[in-house]
Amino acid sequence: MAIEIFMPALSPTMESGTLANWLVKEGDTVESGTILAEIETDKATMEYESIDDGVVGKIIVADGTENVAVGTLIALLLEEGEDASAMDDISSGGMASVEINTEASPAAAPAPVAPAHVAPTTISPTGDRVFSSPLARRIAAQKDINIADVSGTGPRGRVIKRDVESYTPREVIRTATFQLHSDAPFEEIKLSNMRKTIAKRLTESKQTVPHFYLGVDIELDNLLAARKELNGMSDDYKISVNDFIIRACALALKKVPAANVQFGGDVMRHYSRSDVSVAVAIPGGLVTPVIRGAEQKGLRQISDETKELAKKARDGKLMPEDYAGGTFSISNLGMMGIKQFQAVINPPQAAILAVGSGEQRVVINNGEMKPATVMSVNLACDHRAIDGAVGAEFLGAIKTYLEHPSTMLL
Amino acid sequence: MTVQKFDIVVLGGGPGGYVAAIRAAQLGYKTAVIERENLGGICLNWGCIPTKALLRSAEVFHNMKHAADYGLLAKDLGFELDKVVKRSRGIAAQLSGGVAHLMKKNKITVIEGEGKLVKPGLLSVSKDGKKIADVEATDIILATGARARELPHLKADGDKIWTYRHALVPNVMPKKLLVIGSGAIGIEFASFYNELGADVTVVEMMDHVLPVEDEEISAFALKSFKAQGLKIITSASVTKLDKKKDIVVCTVEDNKGKAQTIEVDRVILAVGITGNVENIGLEENGIKVDRGHIIADEWGHTGVKGVHAIGDLTGPPWLAHKASHEGVIVIEKIARDKGHKEIKDLHPIDKGNIPGCTYCRPQVASVGMTEKTAKDKGHKVRVGRFPFMANGKAIALGEAEGLVKTVFDAKTGELLGAHMVGAEVTEMIQGYTVARTLETTEAELMHTVFPHPTLSEMMHESVLDAYGKALHF
Repeated sequence: MAIEIFMPALSPTMESGTLANWLVKEGDTVESGTILAEIETDKATMEYESIDDGVVGKIIVADGTENVAVGTLIALLLEEGEDASAMDDISSGGMASVEINTEASPAAAPAPVAPAHVAPTTISPTGDRVFSSPLARRIAAQKDINIADVSGTGPRGRVIKRDVESYTPREVIRTATFQLHSDAPFEEIKLSNMRKTIAKRLTESKQTVPHFYLGVDIELDNLLAARKELNGMSDDYKISVNDFIIRACALALKKVPAANVQFGGDVMRHYSRSDVSVAVAIPGGLVTPVIRGAEQKGLRQISDETKELAKKARDGKLMPEDYAGGTFSISNLGMMGIKQFQAVINPPQAAILAVGSGEQRVVINNGEMKPATVMSVNLACDHRAIDGAVGAEFLGAIKTYLEHPSTMLL
Repeated sequence: MTVQKFDIVVLGGGPGGYVAAIRAAQLGYKTAVIERENLGGICLNWGCIPTKALLRSAEVFHNMKHAADYGLLAKDLGFELDKVVKRSRGIAAQLSGGVAHLMKKNKITVIEGEGKLVKPGLLSVSKDGKKIADVEATDIILATGARARELPHLKADGDKIWTYRHALVPNVMPKKLLVIGSGAIGIEFASFYNELGADVTVVEMMDHVLPVEDEEISAFALKSFKAQGLKIITSASVTKLDKKKDIVVCTVEDNKGKAQTIEVDRVILAVGITGNVENIGLEENGIKVDRGHIIADEWGHTGVKGVHAIGDLTGPPWLAHKASHEGVIVIEKIARDKGHKEIKDLHPIDKGNIPGCTYCRPQVASVGMTEKTAKDKGHKVRVGRFPFMANGKAIALGEAEGLVKTVFDAKTGELLGAHMVGAEVTEMIQGYTVARTLETTEAELMHTVFPHPTLSEMMHESVLDAYGKALHF
């Protein structure tokens, strides 16, 4: 009998994902360790290795199929000496996926049928199962509420009646509500899971998080001198201005702990570690890998980690533990020549620093004009968690660290 | 004078208090219980358990009287009241000993005496009027319970006029008995003494017996009580108890002011419950009391730092299972606030999901809203009914008298309430309680396979009936 290959769970919470690409085709010989396919979750693309030796007998779930449930039969491997008849007694009974794009399935594969009792409303936009009570689901259906939009307050976050009854729709991410119109010719491209997540999270942020913004100019000459000296001492590393900014923010979060918080409805969470998320642009979107405990790390370690995470991000190889759970974010568009901008907070975090480019400007000090390298930064804060004075103190701390980089040694 | 220090001290060792203490000990807190009388509280010593023992004797006696219905012979029937009572006391003592064992097993210190809150964090304990200990604790749980309510004109004397405490250990078998109040306590004693042959009259102020129950269930029970020979006067109150040498002359006035007198040899007062709020240091410490009960929030917090209250002391429903559940919640909330990692999914008790059981014959059990309450709250309802006389198991048991009623929201299919009268319904109500807790709709209940032959099949049929699909009626 052929070896069955199932949709893998690539993180503990993954319940389904997109089968992005098959890297093997039917008839290919594979051995243990051969990369079979790339599986895309909402944040990352991961490789799926074979653990058996054999010949790819049949690919059952085609490239690009979305929302393939973990445990779904996706392919069959023939062991040495087996021929195609070994696959005869394997039915598609293991198929538990929902919304499989049948058009994309190879003709040879039996048309997968979503089991009728899996109500589509119990699947969240990211493909996760939504735990909910039967009564909550019924009331949601009657009110035309997508149960996945409702946050649950029952045991283990189960959505119960009171959650649906108290729910007020605020998400606009519904295809039905978008009326796209233009006469220009177009091509319509299906959203990647990452794009959907960005849309959902940042819409939620802008609609529910009361942002306010604080701007400040930071003189970089001392920092640039220190950087030049450090980088001149060895070829083993190359510290960037951004590495200094990460360390300065991490230390400032320690110095002003009231800024290292998350707003939780009826509680406020104060973090005792600076886990700094760094926005990294990648094809099709962006991800935010986290430098954990950055206040404990030197510039070189920050530099090395940032480079490694950015590379993993661009290769779509970030693991959930690489990007989940930062306490503060930095978005730097300085290298793109942007002078200044305001960023959208990445919930549930309470603040994000938008960093512009360092440029030569004239500054006036004690009535005298002198040239200096100046960088404008802008701090966006969640006013539910951080008040103006705290934000100002925090931003002031960042400025002090960056303008007097030797204080980062204290 | 010793000063004993604990993390958590529970004042009162009833079903709320001792359960709270066990949960506290499980979570690693150094815990003590202060109890003035018997571990297990009223429930175990003077309430739930000993009454069930008495009622079991009455039930067996009833079955003996009806032995011929089952083809059996039972002659020279009789009972010895002192032995019936002795059995009941023995069971209470056995279980109280069981609680003492649980305390020991969980390394909980039991301090015998009367505790009083001196200030937040400090209790003093006295015994026989002498102070025996000071007890310090970061958190104090008040769980002193409740007792029978008395009115100025209705006071127990323990001789001819009883509360449940006297009725549990009767000094004589009453010939004529007046029971004032037809709630669970009153009707259970009425049922017991009626079964043993007393001439029992029950007076109820409201217009139906078992006033918290669904009116249809209440009417069904009333009919059955009357058939058993119980005399029941509703919409009336007892305005005067006049004690003579051997009798009590009771004046009963209906709601139109028309009075009658009834002569009995014993009276049982069952006109309600009032919290044990006296002499435990509430007013001095700013703990709010309203009509005999402490005002606490949904987590049992009194508003005074480190002082919590649970169970009967905090008001209705006065039920042991409510107190125990609150005992667990109050401790877990304290633990969670202290950052205890084991505590997840903590929710305050949902009072709409606390079942109530009355062990008269026939038994009555319910959870959720009555049909009338549901309608008053604006629900359009679908009501299902299934009678015991259409259930094979009920007929085989010789218990063909009863009704299972379900109330659904017509729009959403929510099980708003379930109400049962008949044999063993107290053992079945948990099924509907689970359904309500899980928020099932009629669909899941219909899809559930109920075992045959059981009384529980009626629970299924009642749901089916609400949607016009009952099979066996």
